[in-house]
Amino acid sequence: MSGIEKLETEILSAIEAASTPDSLEAVRIAALGKQGSVSALLKTLGQMTPEERQVQGPVINGLREAVTNAIAAKKAGLEAALLDERLASERLDMTLPAPEAPCGSVHPVSQVMDELAEIFADMGFAIAEGPEIEDDWHNFSALNIPETHPARAMHDTFYFQPSPLQGRGGSREAAEGEGESISTSLLPTLSPEGGRAQRMLLRTHTSPVQIRTMTAQEPPIRIIAPGRVYRSDSDATHTPMFHQIEGLVIDKGIHLGHLKWTLETFLKAFFERDDVSLRLRPSYFPFTEPSVEVDVGYSVVNGRRVIGGSEGWMEVLGSGMVHRKVIEACGLDPGEWQGFAFGTGVDRLAMLKYGMDDLRAFFDGDLRWLRHYGFNALDIPTLSGGVGA
Amino acid sequence: MKFPLSWLKDYLDTDATVEQVADCLNRIGLEVEGIENPADPLRAFRVAKVMRANPHPQADKLQLLLVDAGDGPVQVVCGAPNARAGMTGIFGPAGAIVPATGMELKVTAIRGEMSNGMMCSLAELALGDDHEGIAELPDDAPKGMSYVEWAGLDDPVIEVAVTPNRQDCMGVYGIARDLAAAGLGTLKPLKTPVVAGSYKCPVEIRTDDPEGCPAFYGRVIRGVKNGASPDWMQARLRAAGQRPISALVDITNYVMLAFGRPAHAYDLARLTGAVVARRARDGEQVMALNDKVYTLSSEMTVIADDAGVHDIAGIMGGAHSGCSETTSDVLLEIAYFDPERIAKTGQALMLTSDARTRFERGVDPGFLGYGLEYLSELVLEICGGVASEIVKAGTPPLEPRVIQFVPMLTVTLGGVAVDDDRQKSILTSLGFHVGADWQVTVPTWRRDIDGPADLVEEVVRIVGLEHVVSTPLPRADGVARPTATPLQRLERKVRRAAAARGLNEAINWSFLPKAQADAFGGGAWSLENPISEDMKVMRPSLLAGLLSAARRNMDRGATSVRLFEIGRRYLADSERLTCGIVMAGEKAPRGWASGKATWFDAYDAKAEVLALLSAAGVATDGLMVMDEAGSHYHPGQSATLRMGPKNLLAAFGTLHPATARTFDLEGTVVAAEIYLDAIPLKKAGGLMRAPFSPPALQAVTRDFAFLVPETLAAGDLVRAIRGCDRDNIVAARLFDRFAGQGVPEGQVSLAVEVTLQPAEKSYTEDELKTISDRVIAAAEKQGAVLRG
Repeated sequence: MSGIEKLETEILSAIEAASTPDSLEAVRIAALGKQGSVSALLKTLGQMTPEERQVQGPVINGLREAVTNAIAAKKAGLEAALLDERLASERLDMTLPAPEAPCGSVHPVSQVMDELAEIFADMGFAIAEGPEIEDDWHNFSALNIPETHPARAMHDTFYFQPSPLQGRGGSREAAEGEGESISTSLLPTLSPEGGRAQRMLLRTHTSPVQIRTMTAQEPPIRIIAPGRVYRSDSDATHTPMFHQIEGLVIDKGIHLGHLKWTLETFLKAFFERDDVSLRLRPSYFPFTEPSVEVDVGYSVVNGRRVIGGSEGWMEVLGSGMVHRKVIEACGLDPGEWQGFAFGTGVDRLAMLKYGMDDLRAFFDGDLRWLRHYGFNALDIPTLSGGVGA
Repeated sequence: MKFPLSWLKDYLDTDATVEQVADCLNRIGLEVEGIENPADPLRAFRVAKVMRANPHPQADKLQLLLVDAGDGPVQVVCGAPNARAGMTGIFGPAGAIVPATGMELKVTAIRGEMSNGMMCSLAELALGDDHEGIAELPDDAPKGMSYVEWAGLDDPVIEVAVTPNRQDCMGVYGIARDLAAAGLGTLKPLKTPVVAGSYKCPVEIRTDDPEGCPAFYGRVIRGVKNGASPDWMQARLRAAGQRPISALVDITNYVMLAFGRPAHAYDLARLTGAVVARRARDGEQVMALNDKVYTLSSEMTVIADDAGVHDIAGIMGGAHSGCSETTSDVLLEIAYFDPERIAKTGQALMLTSDARTRFERGVDPGFLGYGLEYLSELVLEICGGVASEIVKAGTPPLEPRVIQFVPMLTVTLGGVAVDDDRQKSILTSLGFHVGADWQVTVPTWRRDIDGPADLVEEVVRIVGLEHVVSTPLPRADGVARPTATPLQRLERKVRRAAAARGLNEAINWSFLPKAQADAFGGGAWSLENPISEDMKVMRPSLLAGLLSAARRNMDRGATSVRLFEIGRRYLADSERLTCGIVMAGEKAPRGWASGKATWFDAYDAKAEVLALLSAAGVATDGLMVMDEAGSHYHPGQSATLRMGPKNLLAAFGTLHPATARTFDLEGTVVAAEIYLDAIPLKKAGGLMRAPFSPPALQAVTRDFAFLVPETLAAGDLVRAIRGCDRDNIVAARLFDRFAGQGVPEGQVSLAVEVTLQPAEKSYTEDELKTISDRVIAAAEKQGAVLRG
């Protein structure tokens, strides 16, 4: 064995034996440092003859390369071991809870209203609104419900005390001064009853929005009007405030068949089932003629009534062809324009779709209920993604 | 409206079962609310012969009967004194439930003797009050036959919800007419009763109020006996939900239920002088048959004699002249009252009655004559007596209503194609007269029909709405445009943003207790007839409802509440869309990493407001933070955000402890209201963004620390710095605030990180110095001094 080979063996075994970065560094200095054994050999190359150098050069350089590589490899190994050692000491209990972000929710009524808006948008229905504090004319008279009409007894109406604070008709300019706000459009307009002070009430249905829409815009009209309505009724299945959605189509040549199709299409899309069947029954509403009550077929699954199938029928909607007197009251020619209207309870639709059984819980704000029946912020109903969540 | 099937079949010739009748009623718009058969609980009970009756060996008062109810003799222990061999009675076998007691009969030993059921009294079957002994049936009652079948009790009662337009169906006959038109049977012709009067009516009858009472027909019947009405009539009245009173009263009720035609019977002995329909005098009083005294006004029509008022016309008779057992001479009244007058009177007196329900919907003005004869016939038949001639005061409004119909409308409005002949026959069967060129005359009993659409409904409901063909609405060409208004879209964004930030959406009542409304600025709208005082005033703020909800959640053990609501505030002149937020309790619970729980503070409310405004498209950088959040907030920990000094977008902060206390909320409660309707809406049509390409050069930051008086608003300092060199400074952010050691009393140290964006080339030292000097100068103007 030549001296060089021996030296290589010595150095490599010293590298191998180094157990810390420091001892490895000492080996490196001893070999490759200025005074190092390998450096010393490299220096000898300068004094050699070209012939000697040709022979010794590769050998000595080979030695340097082997040592350098071995040190690098050893260094990487030592560092990895050190890192492993450190990581082993940094072990966390991954079963510990992560920081929690609060969990927000959208109320089922809002969710269902968004779903309905989506479904009806596809059929070309815009969303209309109106005031909840209504006048008698829009809520009753214009809808063909005169004061002595027995149908008024069907509505348990909340009336307002007259108050000097209230001057809605006269304050329109003030409201307009505040820019584009909903309040302007929500102001009751003076009715054709000559603008005399009318008894104000809480709207008992969303139907006055029919009147507001027909008096404000030219046909053809396709709107839905969701919103709060009020009746003086409070028991296990009634709350004094609840939500309705109204639908109105005014056009030429619209008939009951269009109403039936619209309701079928809406209910199938809403409940996401094709086996939704409708049963129309003749009924009576003062503002429609003919009037039709709509039953929807249901089946019983795990003791709960589920829309779809035909094990039984439940009453879900009131509807009909808009009464000519209503069209006339809005200043339109009933000979030219006709259409249909329908109305149903939004809370009820939510209950039928998502299975809540207590209407009163809708308005209690119980966080446990809101989290259970509420919806994630990103469950935005879309036609492409489905309207149910 | 309730009636037994047998009553219907008096007028309708049909083999239909009760189910078929109900189906048909539902189909034609007379909604069946229920069918109840009084026979159902009695089906197990059978006609039985007592073969033998022996004394019970162990009990003096009991007998051992051998009873055959068709299945061979069985032993029954019986305590009834009238039980005897050879009699026919009603047997309840083991398993039957006794209607009066709800007890199930069992095979059992009574004093050591087996008893296989029970011989029943009518009381036990809930068919009468006779407790004296077991029921005794005629000997020819066939043993083994179902008792209800033998007794003819199998008569289901149908309850129909009659819509307010169909007064004509508030009598059984009208329902029969509708069913006949729908093809369920044939309407039997009514025989016209004529009761000849044998003397002149001894009472003068007039109407002095032809507007309120256009017609008043009457006659006297002398020498009646007013006992109980016959069993068949009592049974029908009971089935219809009317309590039998006396024959004369029952007869008027019977006619009302049969034909939807109220009438009244006066005890002639209680009347003095002429009987007149007139306006009441203001303040005039009458005690009605319900024993309540009503004070009348001149807007009301009454029937009166010389002594006073005897009838609130069309609504309720008076107690004084009502018929009793002692009545021997009776005055029968059948009148036509103006429906609007009846409705107004009833509303004013808050008095409802079966008569009012019918009169205000408009009874058949063509039925007065027939009705009076029919009444008379029943009185003579049941109570005897001698009838006077009829007096007819006034004339009922009988001008026929004629509608020009277009049969094509059934398809163009009703969506059902029905051929003309069929339409004509349907209308005819409902009592309409179809003349030449479709001039349709409305029958007198259909006051609800006043236009072609009503006739369409008549045809379509009889043909069946199942024939309406589903027809797609024409679809607009092209891609759908947004159907929501800009404000509706803004509302949706704010709602989803709030939920995404961890807030739970609640929906609270629009009305509040007055005290709560007052605590939030006072409500402009108070209900006259609230459900309760807690739901009286329309909310001027969304916070009260949210705070109450927070309170309820705390009561249920919640430790952290983050609630929001989007809804309207109700101001004197408008309803304004608002987002309210309430956060109470723990912001974050105690945890293994951080230790203690943390609590909400005013900045949490600010963070929500800024995030939601930003979601609504507001550039929140430019908003002004100002005071005057309102007295329900902590005066030093609340503010408003405005876009310009006048446009108030939001108020937020820590709730005033006094306000929190009124809601029983402890600890810090923070709240905010965002006035969504004050947010400027994006103008339509502008989808293009401002042009932008990311700068090629990196931004640089410089930190500045200032000593400022502690009264200086940090926001003002940052705003001043941000605005002092718009070409270079793209952001200024406060990153440290310190008071205490090293900072003089009355001052704080504020440190601001300023971000500079070079445009074309990197800043030189000189340029940086210039910018830095501008920052320091701007800060000094605010009273700040650069820290050394």
